[in-house]
Amino acid sequence: MPLRTDIKKVLVIGSGPIVIGQAAEFDYAGTQACRALKQEGLEVVLINSNPATIMTDKAMADKVYIEPLTLDVVKKIIKIEKPDSILSTLGGQTGLTLSMQLAKEGFLTENGVKLLGADPETIHKAEDRQAFKDTMEKIGEPCIPSKVVETVEDAVDFAAETDYPVIVRPAFTLGGTGGGIAYNEDELKDIATNGLRLSPITQVLIEKCISGWKEIEFEVIRDSKDNCITVCSMENFDPVGVHTGDSIVIAPAVTLTDREYQMLRSAALNIVSELKVEGGCNCQFALHPTSMDYAVIEVNPRVSRSSALASKATGYPIAKVATRIAIGYSLDEIINAVTGNTYACFEPAIDYVVVKFPKWAFDKFVYAKRTLGTQMKATGEVMAIGTSFEHAMMKAVRSIELGLDSFNMKKLMKMSDDEIRRKLHDVDDERCFVIFEALKRGVTVEEIHDITMIDNWFLNKFKNLTELEAWLADGELTEEKYDIAKRYGYLDSTIERMSGSKCPKKTRAVYKMVDTCAGEFNAETPYFYSTLDEENEAKEFIEKQNSGKKRVIVFGSGPIRIGQGIEFDYCSVHCVWTLKEMGYEAIICNNNPETVSTDFDTGDRLYFDPLTREDVESIIETEKPDGVVVQFGGQTAIKLTKHLSEMGVNILGTSADSIDAAEDRERFDELLNKCGIPRPAGFTVMTAEEALAAAKELGYPVLMRPSYVLGGQNMIIAHSDSDIMEYMEIITRTALENPVLIDKYMMGKEVEVDAICDGTDYLIPGIMEHIERAGIHSGDSISVYPALTLTKKIRETIIEYTRRLALELKVVGLVNIQYVVYNNEVYVIEVNPRSSRTVPYISKVTGIPMVDIATKIMLGHSLKEQGYESGLYKEADYIAVKVPVFSFEKLHDVDTALGPEMKSTGECLGIAKNFEDALYKGLIAAGYNMKKSGGVLFTVRDTDKQEILYVAEKFERLGFDIYATSGTASVLNRNMIAANVVRRVSEEKPNVMTYLDEGKIDYVISTSAKGRIPQFDSVKIRRKTVERSICCLTSIDTANAVADILAMGKNIDDMEMVDITKI
Amino acid sequence: MSLFNTGDKAYVMLENGRIFEGYSFGEKGTAVGEAVFTTSMTAYQENLTDPAYYGQIITQTFPLIGNYGVNSEDYQSDKVYAKGYIVREWCNAPSNFRCEGNIDDFLKKHGVIGIHSIDTRALTKIIRENGVMNAVITTENVYDKKDELMELIRSYKIENAVKTVSSSETKRYEAENAEYEAAVLDFGCKNSLIKSLNSIGCNVTVVPADTNAEKIKELSPDGIVLSQGPGDPSENKDIINNISEISKLNIPMLGISLGHQLTALANGGKTEKLRYGHRGASQPVKDIRRNKTFVTSKNNGYTVVSGSVQNADEVFVNANDSSCEGLVYNNIPCITIQFEPDKYILGLFADMMDKKKEDK
Repeated sequence: MPLRTDIKKVLVIGSGPIVIGQAAEFDYAGTQACRALKQEGLEVVLINSNPATIMTDKAMADKVYIEPLTLDVVKKIIKIEKPDSILSTLGGQTGLTLSMQLAKEGFLTENGVKLLGADPETIHKAEDRQAFKDTMEKIGEPCIPSKVVETVEDAVDFAAETDYPVIVRPAFTLGGTGGGIAYNEDELKDIATNGLRLSPITQVLIEKCISGWKEIEFEVIRDSKDNCITVCSMENFDPVGVHTGDSIVIAPAVTLTDREYQMLRSAALNIVSELKVEGGCNCQFALHPTSMDYAVIEVNPRVSRSSALASKATGYPIAKVATRIAIGYSLDEIINAVTGNTYACFEPAIDYVVVKFPKWAFDKFVYAKRTLGTQMKATGEVMAIGTSFEHAMMKAVRSIELGLDSFNMKKLMKMSDDEIRRKLHDVDDERCFVIFEALKRGVTVEEIHDITMIDNWFLNKFKNLTELEAWLADGELTEEKYDIAKRYGYLDSTIERMSGSKCPKKTRAVYKMVDTCAGEFNAETPYFYSTLDEENEAKEFIEKQNSGKKRVIVFGSGPIRIGQGIEFDYCSVHCVWTLKEMGYEAIICNNNPETVSTDFDTGDRLYFDPLTREDVESIIETEKPDGVVVQFGGQTAIKLTKHLSEMGVNILGTSADSIDAAEDRERFDELLNKCGIPRPAGFTVMTAEEALAAAKELGYPVLMRPSYVLGGQNMIIAHSDSDIMEYMEIITRTALENPVLIDKYMMGKEVEVDAICDGTDYLIPGIMEHIERAGIHSGDSISVYPALTLTKKIRETIIEYTRRLALELKVVGLVNIQYVVYNNEVYVIEVNPRSSRTVPYISKVTGIPMVDIATKIMLGHSLKEQGYESGLYKEADYIAVKVPVFSFEKLHDVDTALGPEMKSTGECLGIAKNFEDALYKGLIAAGYNMKKSGGVLFTVRDTDKQEILYVAEKFERLGFDIYATSGTASVLNRNMIAANVVRRVSEEKPNVMTYLDEGKIDYVISTSAKGRIPQFDSVKIRRKTVERSICCLTSIDTANAVADILAMGKNIDDMEMVDITKI
Repeated sequence: MSLFNTGDKAYVMLENGRIFEGYSFGEKGTAVGEAVFTTSMTAYQENLTDPAYYGQIITQTFPLIGNYGVNSEDYQSDKVYAKGYIVREWCNAPSNFRCEGNIDDFLKKHGVIGIHSIDTRALTKIIRENGVMNAVITTENVYDKKDELMELIRSYKIENAVKTVSSSETKRYEAENAEYEAAVLDFGCKNSLIKSLNSIGCNVTVVPADTNAEKIKELSPDGIVLSQGPGDPSENKDIINNISEISKLNIPMLGISLGHQLTALANGGKTEKLRYGHRGASQPVKDIRRNKTFVTSKNNGYTVVSGSVQNADEVFVNANDSSCEGLVYNNIPCITIQFEPDKYILGLFADMMDKKKEDK
């Protein structure tokens, strides 16, 4: 069936802020969907609260609403826009759940809106545990023995029948939130209680634990004609028990015989046909390792993280095809974009293997529980393509930004054999490194398999790596050794380090094409990965195309992690678009499968490979670019600058020397002196002793951070000598190559500026002001554009300083500067001569296409030429408030108190004509439920006790019951604010925990003087609020803002919905 | 180093003179054959023991072969008829609970010469661009005797394929709940075909390729299956004549792959060689009657020329290149397909047999 004629205007719901379990893959899917719809000539209306996405770009849809993703808001927008259809399956669980609620309430029917992509019946059968079981039973597909329960008692009864361990899976939660494995009744009671509370329908599934079975996934696509294909099979390195998002995954499945493979493939097709999915669907299976028994674990009838991975792994654009299916096409009518002359109704064949490696935030959250289980913890991932598993794994380990080029982890190398053996039992993020270390120590594959249940195939491959490394270290580095090591994915630098000798030759990588058909048909996909062969398909491709255009490589930002999120992909993609528009050939290098940048039709060519010096050298050699761009790929790309410059590559935009001048402490100080700009006093130190001495001179509190970081990694405010000792201990755990910076901490107003400079003129699209005072990482602060509370003088000083810094640093392109305003003086905290987190949102609200302008500047077109004057651009008519979003419920034992180290995983934006509405929208979008009555608990450090008074007063005036721990309560009571005293955590019940458990508290305002160690009371209280989904504010400034907004008494219904394409 | 499987050198030389150097695995020696590639990512053991590869040198486009080893259950026939085996990497530590040995020993046991560590994608692209061509695979130094080997390549032709692979005796395979009797003409029959037929309740009698109509009639089968097999279909003059006679028995017939081609020839159709064949597990086939496309497993170097069979409807078509993938005959109860039969096709065959039974 061709395009349905009854569809003219489609509403697309995005997935909202980036949280663990729902990341950039939905921007990729949503962007493909919007494009596909527009190509069909349909009008597209988009809602997404995440401003850093490409899908919320004016170019992607006809109407773009960056508004909270709540039922009320979606209804309101449907009333305004009157779309005839809604596409539900491309916006993750968020988009799907909203669509289903609208359908269930009858709202869609009432308003004449058709639901595309998923039938409510299909969704019900796939997501409701009992309905799913019944459906599987009906078609003879085995499920794991399980029972849907709605009370803890029933959970315990069922577990007694089937025996422990059991898995708890809450219904309708993201990434398995609230689930877990219980080994006994006590644990079950805990997990089930929590799971029931988190499930929006108070329902959990108790399931027999089948840990140790193989976990296999299939990505399936089906259309309305019941054409049904599998795009890709995937096998988890980690057996059942570890969430697939936290597992190393290999595609295709490798340890299955054809009989097993066909059995599961048939099952997948069978399931998807029965569910009548129209679009993409993910099927997860558990396969018994020593029999033909299998069980269906889960089915996701929508595009997902796995479908993004499968798309990138095969070249088959699942989201695009799923969108076309949703609007009426069938698979045999959709042209295969790769070959250009065959149809989408085929199964990709690949002639390489793909490895997905998760990226966790444990390097940042040092006290977080690292154990992996049924609840996903990874913030992002990388993908690597190779002609062998070893090759792909070596590429992956270089890509995950742990500073590694092999599986040797220093920390583990220091451990004794016994410790390593013991550590094999830990299922955590370091397991594959421990396995590698164990194999090196001579622990057998069989022993490791018995402990981990990881298939011997994988373990033997790791063993190959250990043996290769031993061989490299033993005797002369022959050409044979070199060739084999290269084929296994080792870099020259790694080979030299391991062998202790110079490489006998230097072999550069060549590139093969990802073509969906294993070379069977001639394809034109400009999508390449490196191998160690002779034939260079990329080179042939370039020669054949012979476009005559100048070539520019844009380096991407690698895996999504805290501090380096989707915003850099937004910048990279925009840079590519501008380059293409300006008549250049734009080439992308990146390794993150979730992103738009790694969609093969974003750039003119895509290299899916690690972003290390040596990997990049090979790409440069093949491409011979006229220039490269590093300033949009975050720290990942910036790190390459020096090396590229040394290679003689033409770096477009700000030079390597300028970047160094901004990052090198001494050169930076010199620069500031020259510009006459003050910054908080500070020192550079290498040891704990030096740090203590520096702190003594500066006076506490001091801010400590390593140089060359992004996202405030390992940044703290030290209030005492012991804080410094703790910090230096942690930071010296990993090799200390770069010094530690120690600065006087000024608790002033933080202001942030993104500017564009061409070397002569500079443009400031907008000045942003943080609600929280300095000391809270800018990524975790609520940021307001335009700055509302600055005096004229301060504003002018900031503009002037920005001018001086941009020109003196010879910035060509973007620069991000952070200031602190303290005692009416402006100090510079940081200068980053590159794109920043705020670029997408400022571009969207001011209407200044920052990346576009910056790219054109790099190509030689001045600001004047582009029609912009120097200085601050006129303020927009709208206020935009960026509110950070955290994933604390996924990360156990992480203190939720905000500080200089960034903790948020994503962000939302509130846009309105006035500040209050904008902030309210932003808070709602970020998941604050803004309850207007109830209880507020205050428990703050002594230095905050005076300041908290006026906040408490505001809450009291709003009619909230005030609770406080004894110290805080006495200050409140003394100041005529009636506060109920609650006992401390360690005191007898009912204590503070009881109140939190009993639902008496709706807001917690908590600050603490001490560190982030999980055993502290303050940390325990804050963790409890996460478990209980209680709004916890750890900055008095945030609390104050929330109180003001509550006092306003408005609802979202009273507020105008803003279509940003009209700004 | 045995660890990295880099034992002795081995070479592949193609008819166009291109030489690939790699390392030896499996048997040592020299063999000549027709170089083809398959894109299937699993089923290497099934491929190797598929008689339809008779006389060919198989290239696996998937780079990791032998991951799950080999076992005694997944054979498609007792032997390996392929002349050589080309892979990028073979696995010396296979893993699967049914694994009984590795691929290296398997090739040795069956006397098949293998080569690994070559750029199989480059080789595949040569075959794709130039069409299938003859090649030698050897563990001798190819440069020492290039002319001699080239002569071998040029003079090679796949001949007597069906005669070589077909069994000379009759074998019987009974179904658990038998409803039908099926006679399978063995042109290079795969065990999976017999299992599929058993699964729909067919007792199967496999008879030699040259079994004539009279003898088949004596078996009084409810259906006749013309199996897969190797080689150029038009070479089999006697069999084609034989099929013309068998067709007259008016017994439901199912032709698969070579069986499909031979039936077409017996009914006045034409066959032609595909440039580089269809070999893999991901070929889309369109069912015209159901207006549905599905993915098939197949292995064929030849195809029935579209429109060349007058008394049949072309109900299956390759969705990629529009070549003929299946015919339903108008004058006889016969359906023939170019791909491995799935449940739906087997169902059609069962329906034909049911109808025949009712008519009786």
